[in-house]
Amino acid sequence: MTDAGWEALSNQAVAGAGVLYFLALLALLAELVVARRVAEPADATAYESGAAGGLTVAIGPDAEAPTDADDRRREAFFGRLGLLLTGLAVVVHGFALLCRGLAADPNRVPWGNMYEFTLSGTFWIALLFLVALRRFALAWMAPVVVGVVLSLLMLAVLVLYAPIAPLTEALNSPWLVIHVVAAIIATAAFTLGGISSVLYLLKSREGASSKGYLARVPAPADLDRLSYRLHAFAFPVWTFAVLIAGPIWAYEAWSRYWGWDPKEVWALITWVVYAAYLHARATAGWRGRKAAWLAIVGVATLWFNFVGINYFSSTSQHAYAAPASHHASPEVGNLLGESRT
Amino acid sequence: MAVETRERPAARRPGELTFVELLRWCWRQLTSMRTALVLLLLLALAAIPGSVIPQEEVDSLKASQWQDAHPDLTPVYERLGLFDVYGTPWFAAIYLLLTISLIGCFVPRIAVYAKALRSQPPATPRRLDRLPDHATYRTDETPDQVLARARALLAGQRIRRTDPDADSVSAERGQLREAGNLLFHVSVLVVMAGFAIGSLFGYQGGMIVVVGNGMSNDLTSYDDFNPGSLFGEEDLDDFYLDIEDFDVEWMTSGPAQGQARKFVSHVRYAEDGGEPEEYDLRVNHPLTIGDTGVFLIGHGYAPVITIRDGNGDVAYSGPTVFLPEDPSFRSIGVVKAPDARPQQIGLEGWFFPTYAFTEETGPFSVFGDAKNPAISMQAYVGDLGMDAGRSQSVYVLDKSDVELVESPDGSMFRVDLALGDTVDLPNGAGSVTFEGLERWNKLQVSQTPGRWLTLVGVVLALLGLLGSLFIRPRRTWVRARRDEQGDTLVEVAVLARAGGDDVSTVLADLLAALKQDEQDEQNEQDEQHEREEPR
Ligand code: HEM
Repeated sequence: MTDAGWEALSNQAVAGAGVLYFLALLALLAELVVARRVAEPADATAYESGAAGGLTVAIGPDAEAPTDADDRRREAFFGRLGLLLTGLAVVVHGFALLCRGLAADPNRVPWGNMYEFTLSGTFWIALLFLVALRRFALAWMAPVVVGVVLSLLMLAVLVLYAPIAPLTEALNSPWLVIHVVAAIIATAAFTLGGISSVLYLLKSREGASSKGYLARVPAPADLDRLSYRLHAFAFPVWTFAVLIAGPIWAYEAWSRYWGWDPKEVWALITWVVYAAYLHARATAGWRGRKAAWLAIVGVATLWFNFVGINYFSSTSQHAYAAPASHHASPEVGNLLGESRT
Repeated sequence: MAVETRERPAARRPGELTFVELLRWCWRQLTSMRTALVLLLLLALAAIPGSVIPQEEVDSLKASQWQDAHPDLTPVYERLGLFDVYGTPWFAAIYLLLTISLIGCFVPRIAVYAKALRSQPPATPRRLDRLPDHATYRTDETPDQVLARARALLAGQRIRRTDPDADSVSAERGQLREAGNLLFHVSVLVVMAGFAIGSLFGYQGGMIVVVGNGMSNDLTSYDDFNPGSLFGEEDLDDFYLDIEDFDVEWMTSGPAQGQARKFVSHVRYAEDGGEPEEYDLRVNHPLTIGDTGVFLIGHGYAPVITIRDGNGDVAYSGPTVFLPEDPSFRSIGVVKAPDARPQQIGLEGWFFPTYAFTEETGPFSVFGDAKNPAISMQAYVGDLGMDAGRSQSVYVLDKSDVELVESPDGSMFRVDLALGDTVDLPNGAGSVTFEGLERWNKLQVSQTPGRWLTLVGVVLALLGLLGSLFIRPRRTWVRARRDEQGDTLVEVAVLARAGGDDVSTVLADLLAALKQDEQDEQNEQDEQHEREEPR
C-alpha cells in the first residue's frame, strides 16, 4: 500500500474508533439510566460486587433488594456491551496508530506532532484502563474514561490534525522513542489518576448520600487508595521519561541535557507538583482533599505542557511544538542574534 | 529550658522564646514536611514565568525582540530578573531552602533508620483488637503448634527473637522502603550537585564552519560562547577539527519531498597534537574529544561571492554564510566589502538553492538541494559603519550611512545572479560575481563536567523511588494462648505502615494459611490413620 493509502486508512480507523467509543459511551450511559430505575440504594456498595466479577460489574447498587429482574438484566447487558465496545474501539484505535506509523516514509513511531501525541495518549489511557480494569475493579470508571478519551480524540481530530511528515533529523533517535513512550504511558496513568481524584473530591463532598452515577463510585477511602496506586505507577515512569531518557536525548541532539526550554520546564513543573502530591499524602493536614487537588493541578500542568504551552511560548525547540518548522536547523533563529565581528 | 528559667526568672513571660529556642523552632519549621511541601509548590510556581517570557539564556534573539516590543514592561521585568528566571536570587532562594530542608530532614532520618535496622521488631501490643486489621479464631491445636506455623509462614520477614515460651510472634517486613526513600532524597542532592558542577565549570559554544575548513579549539573560533562562572579559558581542550566533506540525502518524493535527511560531516580531528583521526559526525551522534563534545546541529549554504570595486580591484571574495529561513533553504545573507573604493559596498538578500519564479510568488526555492542556485540581492554603497570599532553582526547590514543602488533610470536594481554570472553595478560602482557554492555546518561545542554524576544521581533516585513506592512495610502479629475452656484463642493483626496500602487481603490470606495448614495437617493425620488401619 502507498503511504497516502496508509494515511487515509489511519484517518478512517480514527473515525471508526471514535464511533465505537461513542457507541460504548451510549451503552454505558444506558447502563446508568437503567440502574437508576432500579430502586435507589441506601448504602452504595456497587463497587464491591463489581470487584468480585471483574467484567460483570453492571450489578445494581442494591444487588440484594428484590427489584425488576428485567431491568437488572438489561443493566448488566448494557454494562458488558459498553466495555466490549470500548475494547473494540481500543483495537481499532491501535490499528490507526499503526497505520499512521506506516504512512510515514521512512516508517516511524507515530508521535511526531501534537495530533499524533494526542492520538497515542488517548490510546494508552484506554488501554491502561482496560488492563487495570480487572485488577482494580474499575468498571464503574468506564463512562468517565470513555468520555474523556472521546473528547480528547475529537479535540485531536478537529483542532490538532496535521498531515503526516517524517521526523526531523534531531528526532530520529532511539532515546526519543523511549522518552516518548514512557511520557505517554505516564501521561495516561496520570490522567486516570486525575479522574479518580476528581471523583474522590465529588464523592467525599456528597458523602454516603450520593445519588446517580456517584452512587456507583467506590467509597472515598478506596478512591484515594486507587489514586495513589495510579500515581505511584505513573510517577517513576514520568521520572524516567523526563529526567533520564529526555535529558540523554537532549544531550545527544543539542549538546546540553537540560536547557530550560519551555517543554522541559513544564515537565519539571509537573514532576514537582506530583512530588508535592506524594508528600501531601504523608503530611498532616494535607491528606485527602488537598492532596486530591494537587493531583488535579498535576494533570492540568501535564496536558498544558503538550497542548497549551505551544500557544504561549514560541521558543521551544521540541519539534512537535512547532509543526511548521520541519527544517533541519533548529538553531537558525539563535544565529541571527549573535554577533560575529 | 528549666535551667534557663531559673537563671533569669524575671525576664520570662509565658510563651516567650529565647534566641536559641527561636533558632531551634525555625529549624524545626524549616525541616518539617509541610515546609518541604510548600517549597516544592513554590518551586513549581516560580518556574512558570521562565517558560512564558523569553529567556536570555535560552533564546537571546527572542528575548531582545520581546524587549523591543514591550518598552514599558522591560525595565520592570529586568529588575525582577524575569529574563533570566533560573539564575535569579529568588529562584535560587527557593531551591537552596529546599536543599537545606532536605538535609535537615534526612540526616536525622538516616540516623533513626540505622538504629531501626539494628533493633528488633517491636514487641506484640497487648491489645491486638485495637488495630484496624485484626482477626481472631479458636482452634483445638496447642498454642505452640499455631505459633510454630506462624513462624514458618512469616519466615521471609524479620521476626522478633523471643523467649521460647512467649505467647506471640512479632514480624516485620519492608524495612527497605525507608532505605529507598533515603536513597531517593540523597540522590536528589547528588543530581543537584552534578547540575551545579556542569553549570559552573562547563561551557556551551557554537560556531559555523564552512565545509573544507576547520577550527582550532580556542576562543576566537567561537561565534558564541557561554562559559560557566568558574570556567577558565585554560580549561579548553587542545584540539583542531577539519570538516573535510559533507553529505546530505534529499527526499525527492513522498510527502516529505524536499526535506534533508541523513546529513553527515566527515571530519578529521587531532587532540593535543596527536595523530589525526576520522569521524562521521551526524545529528544525535556527537563526537567526544577529551572532555569536549562536538555536535552537528545544522547546515546551510555559503555562496562564494566576489565584489570588485569602482577601481576594478577585488574588494571581497569568499564563501559567505547565508542562514536558511524555511524548509526549502531559501537563505538570507549579507555581504560587506569595507575595502571597496571609492565607496564601501554592501549586499543584502537571498540565496535560493533551486531558484524558481512566478508572478504571484516572486522568487522562491522549490527544493533544498542546490539544483539551480541563484542569489537575489540588493546593493548598497556608502559607509558600512564598520570603522567605528563597534561590534557588528555579520548578518546585519547597518543602513544608516549607505544608499540603495538604483538603475540609472531610477528603477529598482537587483543583483540577480545564477551560478557563474557577473553583474556590473550601475554608475561604475563595481561588480558582483557569484563564483561558486560551498556549504557550512553549525557545530555546537561544549564541556559538561559532572554529567555522569547527574546521570548516576537520577538513576539512583529512580531506584530509590521504586523502593519507596512499591515496598510495603507491614508488621504482623500472631498471638495464641489457652482460654478458659481449654481451646486455643488465636489473634492475628497486620499493620500497614505506608499510605496507600490495603492489608485486609493480607490478613485474610494469612488467616487462611494458618487455618489451611491446620487442615492439611489434619488431613495428613487422617490419611495416616487410614493407611495404618488395615494393619
Ligand atoms: C528536593 C526536594 C524534594 C523532592 C523532589 C521530594 C520528593 C519526594 C517524593 C517523590 C516522595 C515520594 C516517595 C514516597 O512516597 O515514599 C517523597 C517522600 C518523602 N519526602 Fe520528600 N522530597 C523533597 C524534599 C523533602 C524534604 C525537604 C523532606 C523533609 C521534610 C522530605 C521528606 C519526605 C518524607 C518523610 C517522605 C516519605 C513520605 C511517605 O512516607 O510516604 N522530602 N519525597
